[in-house]
Amino acid sequence: MGKRVLLIEDEPNIIEAVSFILSRDGWDVKTHSNGHDAIDAVRARAPDLVILDVMLPGKSGFDILHEIRADSDLSGMPVLMLTARGQVKDRELAEQSGVNRYMTKPFSNADVLEVVRSMVAS
Amino acid sequence: MPESSMIGSRIRERRVMNGIRQSELARRVGISPSYLNLIEHNRRRIGGKTLLAIADVLEVEPALLSEGAEAALIAGLREAAGTQAAQGVETARAEEFAGRFPGWARLLVDLHGRAGALERTVETLTDRLAHDPHLADSLHEVISTVTAIRSTSSILVETEALEPEWQNRFHRNIDEDSRRLAEGAESLVRYLEGAANTEAEIKSPQDELLAFLSAHGFHFPALEGDAGPQVARRIVEQAEALVSDAARRLALDALEQYRADAARLPLERVLEEMRRDPAPERLAQVFDCDLPTSFRRIAALPESEAGLVGLVSCDASGALTFRRPFPRFAMPRDAGACALWPLFQVLGQPQVPLRMRLRQAGRGQETVLALAAAEQISPATFERPALMRAHMLILPDSSDGRESAGDGADSAGAIGGRVVRDVGVSCRICPLRECAARREPSIVADGF
Repeated sequence: MGKRVLLIEDEPNIIEAVSFILSRDGWDVKTHSNGHDAIDAVRARAPDLVILDVMLPGKSGFDILHEIRADSDLSGMPVLMLTARGQVKDRELAEQSGVNRYMTKPFSNADVLEVVRSMVAS
Repeated sequence: MPESSMIGSRIRERRVMNGIRQSELARRVGISPSYLNLIEHNRRRIGGKTLLAIADVLEVEPALLSEGAEAALIAGLREAAGTQAAQGVETARAEEFAGRFPGWARLLVDLHGRAGALERTVETLTDRLAHDPHLADSLHEVISTVTAIRSTSSILVETEALEPEWQNRFHRNIDEDSRRLAEGAESLVRYLEGAANTEAEIKSPQDELLAFLSAHGFHFPALEGDAGPQVARRIVEQAEALVSDAARRLALDALEQYRADAARLPLERVLEEMRRDPAPERLAQVFDCDLPTSFRRIAALPESEAGLVGLVSCDASGALTFRRPFPRFAMPRDAGACALWPLFQVLGQPQVPLRMRLRQAGRGQETVLALAAAEQISPATFERPALMRAHMLILPDSSDGRESAGDGADSAGAIGGRVVRDVGVSCRICPLRECAARREPSIVADGF
């Protein structure tokens, strides 16, 4: 039984590619593609890890991260954030919001696998 | 214009330049050398015949000696010294500098203005890159697509024995994404090209508006009488000073207001009433309009008819939205104005207009008459408060109780029976000491 990851991302071809590489690596991948009810998806799926895009329709990744951290059941959830901007401001915001790791787009598949593995192993 | 305290210095400067000895000048003018010496050290007032005689011998216009460099030039120098935060600038000797080297002083002020304009251009461009929603969207689109292509293509390359249906699917995705990327890149290039050409020289729209209104002397004969809205539009379209759309919109708003005011207060009748009694409050009564309308109308009269008039308007945030400059009362261009101006006071009590004499620190002992009134430009709703605007009309101070020079120590003292308020321009270049309204330190160490 693989570890469960929830990918919250709105770009269909990124969803497909990331789902593919994680599935091949033995992960059980679920996806969700809007910001509005992302927190409900996190609660319902109760994954081992959340991969969260910053720019989502309806609600920003930062807001969703706040909601995750505010929920006592989910406060320890490992979250990997994907940001399109490598800006210092975004990183600071992500770190203040309690993100575990973040990756800057575009990323390499190998990096994604490595980071995701290290986050759940630790 | 009162005689300046610097006449003596200018006479001395001019005399030395012409290579005339003090005793020689005194002899030719018919005064004693010791008296001329006192004059040259600004310790005796001089006027009338003696001044004319000295100017004659020195072969200069008497006005050059009596008025020296323009007040605006001196204000410009102080502003330059203020914003550059330069160390060791002899700000106290700005007037002397402007008087002795008017050409250099003007060059310095021009360069300072140019530097300010360039700084604003840089700020605007930075702002555009950081906050432009279109640019941010385009970049986000491009980065997302690149991310998908990169991830998908490496799957195709790195995955051994990839099933044909997956292979087809990823090929299709790459094809789709590469097309999106091409479109995204193209629209980005188009946008950046367009951005480089439009509003090439970025001044603030307010600056453009001021340049436009100044070029017309704040008076538009074509809008007097029964001008239709198309007249205002044509003036704006033909104005070379208006480069950006934002400035054109501001100008159109200003001219529409002008048209409405002109229809309500017809030019001929206004001039007739002004000749009878130029008090703005009387004009408001005669035409049954509010004070702001009367202020605006007076500030839209040609200088040949109304004399010197200044007007400054602000919104509730204190941002200056309109300026008709007044030579003896400086108004900051972009920095915050002095919080002691009655302009801001009337926003707190909109039903109580104010009239008082103002003495702007650092500008000699001249006073101006300021009339301030607020108006509601949009009524309150349950969602937001009423929107207010305040106006301050600046007029020459006609009362005669002027203080003698060097006696300006007590602030807000009564002069000629009426109160004078000491105010500044903006804090950085203000020499007022121990001012409770100060919000940043002044670079002007000593009072002028």
